[in-house]
Amino acid sequence: MSETTVMINGIKISVPAGTSILHAAQKAGFKIPTLCYHPDQEIKANCRICVVEVEGQKNLMPSCATAVSEGMVIKTTTARVLEARRTILELMMAHHPQDCLQCVRNGSCELQELAGEYDVRYNRFPQEDAHLPLDYSTPSIVRDPNKCILCGRCIELCTSKQTVNALGLAHRGFDTQVVPSIGQELFESPCVMCGQCIHACPVGAIDGREQISEFLAAASDPNKVIVTQIAPAVRLAVAEAFGSESGQLSMEQLVGALRMIGFDHVLHTNFAADLTIMEEGYELLERISNGGTLPMFTSCCPAWVRFAEVFYPDFLEHLSTCKSPQQMFGALVKTYWAEKMGISPVKIFSVSIMPCTAKKYEAVRPEMGDSGYSDVDMVLTTKEIIRLFQMTGVNPLKLDAAEFDPWMGEYTGSGVLFGASGGVMEAALRTVYEEMTGRSLVKLEFNEVRGMEGLKEAALDWDGTIVRVAVAHTLSNARVLMDQVAAGKSPYQFIEVMACPGGCIGGGGQPLTRTNEQRAKRMEAIYDEDRSRAVRKSHDNREIKILYNDYLHEILGHKSHELLHTKYTIKRKNI
Amino acid sequence: MCNCGDYIQDMRYVALEKMLDKYRHTTGKIIPVLQKTQEIFKYIPEEAIKIIAEELKIPSSEIYGVATFYGQFHLQVRGKNIIRVCTGTACHVQGGGKLLESITKTLGLSGGTMTTNDLMFTLEPVACLGACGMAPVMMINEDTYGRISPEEVPEIISRYMEKDGIEKCIA
Ligand code: SF4
Ligand code: SF4
Ligand code: FES
Repeated sequence: MSETTVMINGIKISVPAGTSILHAAQKAGFKIPTLCYHPDQEIKANCRICVVEVEGQKNLMPSCATAVSEGMVIKTTTARVLEARRTILELMMAHHPQDCLQCVRNGSCELQELAGEYDVRYNRFPQEDAHLPLDYSTPSIVRDPNKCILCGRCIELCTSKQTVNALGLAHRGFDTQVVPSIGQELFESPCVMCGQCIHACPVGAIDGREQISEFLAAASDPNKVIVTQIAPAVRLAVAEAFGSESGQLSMEQLVGALRMIGFDHVLHTNFAADLTIMEEGYELLERISNGGTLPMFTSCCPAWVRFAEVFYPDFLEHLSTCKSPQQMFGALVKTYWAEKMGISPVKIFSVSIMPCTAKKYEAVRPEMGDSGYSDVDMVLTTKEIIRLFQMTGVNPLKLDAAEFDPWMGEYTGSGVLFGASGGVMEAALRTVYEEMTGRSLVKLEFNEVRGMEGLKEAALDWDGTIVRVAVAHTLSNARVLMDQVAAGKSPYQFIEVMACPGGCIGGGGQPLTRTNEQRAKRMEAIYDEDRSRAVRKSHDNREIKILYNDYLHEILGHKSHELLHTKYTIKRKNI
Repeated sequence: MCNCGDYIQDMRYVALEKMLDKYRHTTGKIIPVLQKTQEIFKYIPEEAIKIIAEELKIPSSEIYGVATFYGQFHLQVRGKNIIRVCTGTACHVQGGGKLLESITKTLGLSGGTMTTNDLMFTLEPVACLGACGMAPVMMINEDTYGRISPEEVPEIISRYMEKDGIEKCIA
């Protein structure tokens, strides 16, 4: 590629032709502030905070949207530039609530950070708040339109990446707002509660719905036994939050930390993930051998399930009837586990710790009470659990390892894989292969379905039987696969979908995750953990064998159907 | 309950579906479709946006964005007569506020609603009517009324009531 040479603040630098001034300046070592710009998105150029001076141009230029040209002389540090940026900040702040101390994004807000950097000590413009109502219509997401700076990052995410189109701009000029479809509440829109818009938002206008106070109340109730399940992707983000590399915190340290902050019993969602593989794997085998509906899609991601219910109501029989690991766990903890432990199910308060906002919604779906109680009483996101560690001053990295509680705490490498895109597929293949061929699998890794690629596929030749599988993450990719099914042209038997980029490791309940780079790192840590487990195939999980032996009696049997499988319903929304 | 209203409504939705048929395979159609919709309903009902979205496979959020962006589109039912009142600086100084109050009272509007129950009048405060020399100003449809006092309002409005009364009888 040809190079372009420019002068930035007196420094000569060569960059590939077409590079933006923003990136050229970064390369030269100068930071330019941005708000509407996002590294994984299109250029929007609506906030103008990134303006710079270009010699020969009368007006200041938005550096994110202006490409360098040969010999360009750029200044990013002049008083004129700084004054313009500060004015933009003041204008934004004049319409932005000033309650930073109480904001969900206190300390991680891009606007707050810039206000600090640009030394905004007073505002020349009078404060005018819109006092718009907050949107609490979903159990997963809260929107505070008052804090919105109209950058459009959430809209692009929801529209191009997720193809849900729940959010759009409405009205004009001063009255412009980001609103769900026909200006109604989010729950009436096709929103699938994936929470990806939270990561996209630079300010506190969108966040997960917090239940920390409710948890503290439950934890101090002497009549409640708090039992928790923890999902595989949580550990990595907790480690990051305490300033360590993704893989540095051991699961066992986390167990100890959770006991310390009020959880009476700590179990693992991975156990239920192994169970899901048993049920889902055999469901697939049954569909293949009995001419059932194919391809079969995984059903562990509640955002994906809702997406199918809203956008593909005619194809719901393609979804596996298996509940997600969270809900399988929930149904068992108040039946099987309660029995084993001799604890009354009435007393059990089951809390799951998830990287996901959609799980909060899944837990309150009306069909999720097969144990005779609410299967999962509360879902806390990774972000909330980190908050609890901060409040209590417990640093999991400093603690000794502790053991999981018995009966539903053991898990295999396959269970761990559920945290990353491609993981459910890989785990299922390990089990299905052995059942189909009767032979033991030597090479456990299926590299075709690993990695951050949005669509992955593999054709496996198992003793002459060709098994074709596909994996999609982010919903625009899932749509491609679903459209093939709708057109009667899907070549696959088994398809895994996760709504979030990279899978659960990039979930909407994870701490602010700005880039795909960060997600790829967490993915590596998941594969590391799989490699380190002594047992790596779901069907070899000792506690799973006990569960079938003592309680469920057979895979896809009567009890399984009662507790572990579910039905889907068409959801009519304003799409 | 009388069902004739439902029937009329049905006919409008039939017209909507028919109109949408013509646009199924064209691009850049949101604005013309919304204009035609407004011709059919005299405003753009929410229900119509849902139908357009579904039929033309355009996200409702996008249609809503366009419908709320342009001043020519109305998302609320509008009355037969449109009363515009200037709330600009010049009119304000000359008692525009009192004028607005008097109109609201005459029409019996309250709680932020801008259209009368019988759908005869819609009140629209606007930023400026471009007739500051005649402040305070109001317009009813195409007729301009300048330098009026709040006391004159009931009489002026009543003229439009009569007009419509006659029209109604003829129809
Ligand atoms: S939660 Fe997901 S589907 Fe809902 S508005 Fe945000 S990005 Fe769109
Ligand atoms: S809600 Fe957040 S991401 Fe969306 S436009 Fe407003 S500030 Fe930007
Ligand atoms: S960051 Fe460049 S215009 Fe917003």
